[in-house]
Amino acid sequence: MNVETTDLAIIGAGPAGLAAACEARTLGLSVTVLDEQSAVGGQIYRNVVSAPRARSAILGPDYSAGAELVSAFASSGALHLDSAVVWNVATDGTIDYIREGRTRKLSGKYVLLASGAMERPFPIEGWTLPGVMGAGAAQILLKSAGALPREPVVLAGCGPLLYLLGWQYLRAGARIAALVDTTATSDYVRASRHLMGALRSWKELRKGLGLIAALRRSNIALYSGCSDLRAEGTCKVEALAFRQDGRSVRIPTSLLLVHQGVVPNTQLSWSVKAEHRWNKAQLCWEPVTDIWGRLGETALYVAGDSRSIVGAQASAVQGRLAALSIGNRLGVLPDITIRAAPYLESLKRYTAIRPFLDALYRPKDENRVPVSDKVVVCRCEEVTAGQIRRFVGLGCQGPNQTKAFGRCGMGPCQGRFCGLTVTETIARERQLEPADVGYYRIRPPIKPVLLGDFVE
Amino acid sequence: MLTEPLFSIPASEGRETVTIIFDDQAVTAPAGISVAAALLVAGASDFRTSIVGHEPRAPYCMMGVCFECLVEIDGVPARQSCLVPVKDGMIVRRQQGAVSLPDSEIGDGR
Repeated sequence: MNVETTDLAIIGAGPAGLAAACEARTLGLSVTVLDEQSAVGGQIYRNVVSAPRARSAILGPDYSAGAELVSAFASSGALHLDSAVVWNVATDGTIDYIREGRTRKLSGKYVLLASGAMERPFPIEGWTLPGVMGAGAAQILLKSAGALPREPVVLAGCGPLLYLLGWQYLRAGARIAALVDTTATSDYVRASRHLMGALRSWKELRKGLGLIAALRRSNIALYSGCSDLRAEGTCKVEALAFRQDGRSVRIPTSLLLVHQGVVPNTQLSWSVKAEHRWNKAQLCWEPVTDIWGRLGETALYVAGDSRSIVGAQASAVQGRLAALSIGNRLGVLPDITIRAAPYLESLKRYTAIRPFLDALYRPKDENRVPVSDKVVVCRCEEVTAGQIRRFVGLGCQGPNQTKAFGRCGMGPCQGRFCGLTVTETIARERQLEPADVGYYRIRPPIKPVLLGDFVE
Repeated sequence: MLTEPLFSIPASEGRETVTIIFDDQAVTAPAGISVAAALLVAGASDFRTSIVGHEPRAPYCMMGVCFECLVEIDGVPARQSCLVPVKDGMIVRRQQGAVSLPDSEIGDGR
């Protein structure tokens, strides 16, 4: 098979990947960016170049700001391979990917994994019903197709993206039946300790407060401190039921958009057997890297939200720092310190708000580890929380063994949507820390591959 | 079966359209959007039935990680419809439970 080569191969064309490409090109490195989507921008800047002006106006200035990075990338001289599905990465920098119905190989002297984040699963009763979607998913529909809910929608959960989507829907004239917020008074108390630090990111803080103020000013029904969330319906969602201040509330809706933050998409870093640690503040796994993002002594780096949730701006800076380190290793940037210094400074500024956000929008225990045995945890193979707890009773030690006990995590999503829940459910049941229970062993191909893709 | 769609695209977004066939019904969609987006806007209440309980399922993440939006596209089963852009004349089918290869494609077909 023909193997293409490049100095730096980047997987993912979001802020981290695009900024890394631009930075590496200024050092004269050859760069190839592989991305699953048909246009660059990642999920945050999805479709930013071709979105009509009215749509960009609805989405707001933070979205439109992505156009600058996208256009810098377009003129950087980096090679962009769109609709490229990476299914294997090796620690020596070899990548297997599918494009135009054929599997191909690319060898990078270095590879940057910039696969971004995914919405944290929201395992509650009824979350598999049609009509229950991630708020991020609905935002993708808005960015990529201009699509808006037809009927009054219910937004539920917590986190900046949920309020941002609410704000965008208000601007677009979409009707919101209710915003059901799981954030409780105790969360504000916990977060207040981090407020001083967050003030260093005062611009971000002000933006967030502005969104929430706009939602409060609107006449949509806001419920806060909600618990016991449950999607009701038979063939599709019909209502969201929950409790607030000791009373039961039920809001009929045909579209329930849930969200409780985003988590790193670690499928690639797990697949190369990189060391991962459990982040107790963000309640998720993250790969262990050096300060530049390098994974151990490999040819692989990780930047952006796939390394740890830092947001778009910090992701871009991490991408640039990884590119500088790679340039340094390849001998084109003998002294990295001068060029890296301003980036390291801005990284501090952009991430100063994180401890505050992590504390304030910490997803509720009951929405991460289902209380009800009926809740489906593994959506693909339809394994419930009760079954997982039963496996533990029978001697199941960790996520890998749930596969043998009941095919949990063995469906097409390869554990992406149940992994965190399974780790935490087992840890709770065994009274251990998630770090002691571990994660699935993720093996390539990390995306489905057709046999026909191997035929020349 | 198509019902009341959950999402709609405002007329002000007007642009070039393509037509795809979903379970023998013609569906018109703006060019360039994903098959999953096109089906949601057309009113596909579910995209497939689950492999164990045969429960109806529809897209959850719209970004290629949840695999809930799997459908058959132009004869190839289990395609992630949120990652495939619509093309004129595309034939899309709902997927019922687990996918099995037709006997004719296994071994020598006898």
